[in-house]
Formats: sequence, structure tokens, C-alpha cells
Amino acid sequence: MSAQLADPKAAREHARAQGGTRVETMPVLPPVADDLPEGVADEDLVWEETVAPGGYTSRRLARGTRLRLIDKVGDACASLNIFNAAMRTERLNVADTVKVQWNAYLAGGKLLLSDMGRVLATIIEDNAETHDTFCGVSNAAGNLWKYGEGRNSGAFPNGRDRLILGAAKHGLTRRDVHPCVNLFKGTRIEPDGSITPVIGPFAPGREVLLRAEMDVIVVIANCPHVLDPRPDYASTPLRLTAWRGAVTPEQDTLRNATPEGQRAFLNTEDYYRR
Amino acid sequence: MTSDPALSGLSGSILHDEIVPARAPWLHHVRAGEVLRIVDVEGNQAVDFLIYSAADDAERYSAQDTVAAQGNLFLRTGTVLLSNEGNPLMTIVDSAVEYHDTIGGACSCESNTLRYGHHTKHQHACVDNFLEANLTQGRGKRDIVSNINFFMNVPVMDDGTLGIVDGISAPGLTVDLRAEMDVIVVVSNCPQINNPCNGFNPTPVRMIVAAPASYDS
Repeated sequence: MSAQLADPKAAREHARAQGGTRVETMPVLPPVADDLPEGVADEDLVWEETVAPGGYTSRRLARGTRLRLIDKVGDACASLNIFNAAMRTERLNVADTVKVQWNAYLAGGKLLLSDMGRVLATIIEDNAETHDTFCGVSNAAGNLWKYGEGRNSGAFPNGRDRLILGAAKHGLTRRDVHPCVNLFKGTRIEPDGSITPVIGPFAPGREVLLRAEMDVIVVIANCPHVLDPRPDYASTPLRLTAWRGAVTPEQDTLRNATPEGQRAFLNTEDYYRR
Repeated sequence: MTSDPALSGLSGSILHDEIVPARAPWLHHVRAGEVLRIVDVEGNQAVDFLIYSAADDAERYSAQDTVAAQGNLFLRTGTVLLSNEGNPLMTIVDSAVEYHDTIGGACSCESNTLRYGHHTKHQHACVDNFLEANLTQGRGKRDIVSNINFFMNVPVMDDGTLGIVDGISAPGLTVDLRAEMDVIVVVSNCPQINNPCNGFNPTPVRMIVAAPASYDS
């Protein structure tokens, strides 16, 4: 301890002097983004945060909100859990998401479905198209084996423990952390069922844009994909930007793209019918 | 010795032997080392299957951990069924069917409305079986995760297209699971009638639990 911090007033000065520090991986409050899409007003920005390599975040988003995820450098992996904010036992169901839509590969136009037959979010734009619905997240034992350390308190946190912490900030527990989807890191399935990881690293700046179709809590971990073959803990910053948007109208193209999706939207609209 | 072919190859004494009726739930505690045999009595019957650690039921089967660890979507003889914390719950020690599914999830009243239309909402579904069984032990909806579908066939094509197709099971075929820790097994004998997973005709399955072989030597 340095002598000059021996009294509380000096400690207060020392602490306060740190305010205003800017780093790459942090939330920006109030949110500022100089690259909002055309037609989005600055005052509609609700969230601007860059998640650290190995980090996590979670937030409640209102129905209609757009959430843009950017893999800034090329080694982000956004492991995503989604809950209905008003009834958190309703959550992302990865099996229903792939089964109902008859396809395992996420891309623009795909819906992220809940276990109650409703749409939690729509992928409205995607220039990455390397995503994964099968493999889930790393865990403490796996990271210990692979990187020599896997705990939250260590240098190489695992995806599961990150999702648990993010969920816990909303009162949720280990029971609530469910199978996730991974954005930016992908898998391909061979005819014999074997899984080929598509890990990159990729070009910087790839983007996914989600539209919240319900009031949701999103929990996002940014840890290396569980099948990342590299011996080093390869993880780079993940940027998140969200802005207010209109609730999906009945004539929306993606709402009506498939009969299954259309019925999922009917269920969602019915849930909010008052 | 017995002449019942459904018991052949089980070396331990039989601890439990039960027919689960078509469409019904089933819950059973299986201790470490015991072997659970599932018999597809009449063939082509999907058996939706969840596993919980008996010591801590927040630890449960994880389809994603299981397929990531083996680098393959299909569950075959030798597949170790892992928990959400990466621990072995059970191992498939023998299977008369080439592979089983763990990506297709369980049918529910709600997802049936998407898949087939709202006219199917009233039909019985696996999630209702999972709920009914789990609620007897204080578990609820948030304890239901992606499950195994024994005897069910869900191929994935080049472009990612997937679907439940005709089964590769047949009458009398079996799968044997050895518990690697004390577990709670929760089953829905799938009642789905809108796709080929049960040959459009749900049928009974038989559940046999055998003691570890060394117990009766």
C-alpha cells in the first residue's frame, strides 16, 4: 500500500482520478455510435458495448429493438442465450429452432424460437454465415485441459461459466442456462454426422443484426468456440450496438417467409394481444 | 438363464423390468454401474430421454457437450452422454440400431402448432410427459433441455436441411446404457402422430435395469 492512499480522502481522490478512462472493451454510457445505419436516429440508440475477449454481458431488450453484433477483429464467438424477460422459464430452444425451420444453419432470415412456439428474435441481416447450433459452449474442465485454466477468476474463462454469470445478473441460476447458439464461429455437418468446425480467424468487421420479437433478456459470452483447434485462447473483442425499432408488422417479409415462421409470429402476436 | 431374447447379454441380475405404455412418461433412478436397456418392442418408436445427476439435478444431460466432445452428431455404441458440466452421466455400451438422434429435441403442444398447424395443439406431446414426470420431483420447465431421441433418425444434408425421417429401428431392437454416476432418467415414450418418428403409431417400449455384472458373479 502506498502511503498517500492511507486515508479515505486520498483513496477517494485516487479512485475518482480513474473516471473517464477509455478502453476498447467497455460499455459506453450514454451510448454513442458513429456508424448507425441510415435512418436510425442517434436518440434511438440504447446500448453500445464492446465485450472483452473471454468476457460476457447481458441485457434486457424491448420488443422491436435491433441488436447488431460485430466481430471486430475476426475471432469473436458470441454464445447466445435468450429469455422471455417477462416469463424467464420461456427461453431459446435450439432443437426447435433447427427442427421447425427444417435447417441447422443460421443465416439472414432465420428465426430464433422459444420453447413455447414463439419467436424470440429474427436474424434480419447476416454477412458472416458461419454460425453453430450444435456445439454449445466450453466448460471449466475442458478449458483446464485445453488451456491449463478455465475458471472465471483465471485468464481463460469458459463459456458456460460466463453464461451462468450473465444469467445470474438477472436472477437466474445454473438451471436456466440452456443450449445456446454460437454466432461467428460455425460448424458444418458431414454425411456421417461428423462435425467440421469453421473457426477462422475471419475478416474483421463481420456483422449480424437481430430484431427482438419479444421483450427479451440476452446473455452473451465471448469465449473461444469449444471446438477451436488452436492451442492458444484465441478470442477478440465483440461489439454490440442496439437501437429502438418498430415491432414487426404483419406484412414483414421475414415474418411471412415460411408457414412455420408465420405461425410462430402468430403465436408471438397472440401472446402480446391485450 | 432365461429364454427371453430381450434379456440376452445382460450379465447382471434384473432389478427392474417394466413396459412403458405408448404415449406415457417414465422416471427411474439408475445407480452408477447399472445398465438400462431400452427395448423398441414393436419397432420405430422414438424414446425421448433426459438424464439428471441424482446428487445435483442442476447438472443434467447436454446434447451440445456430448456431440462437441465426440465431434459427431449421432449417438452410437461408445458414445459418452455428458452433462452440462462435462461429466459422464451414462455410456451407450451397446446398440442394435446404428445411431440415435440428439438434435431433434422433443415435441411440444406449442412447437406442434408451428410444425403442423394449430389444429394439433390439443395433442399429447413429449414436453408434457417430461413436465409431468419432472414435476413429481420438484423440477419444472427450466429443467427441460435438448434431449436424446433413441431409435429416431434425423439426418442433416449438405445445405443444412434436416428432418425427422423414417426410423432405422425394428421390432425388438435394443440400446444399453451404463450409468456412470447415480442418475435420474426421465423418458417420454413419444406420442407424436404427425411425422414418421413413431411410424404414425406410438407403441409401448420396455425398460429393463440390470445390476452391474460383478454383483452377481
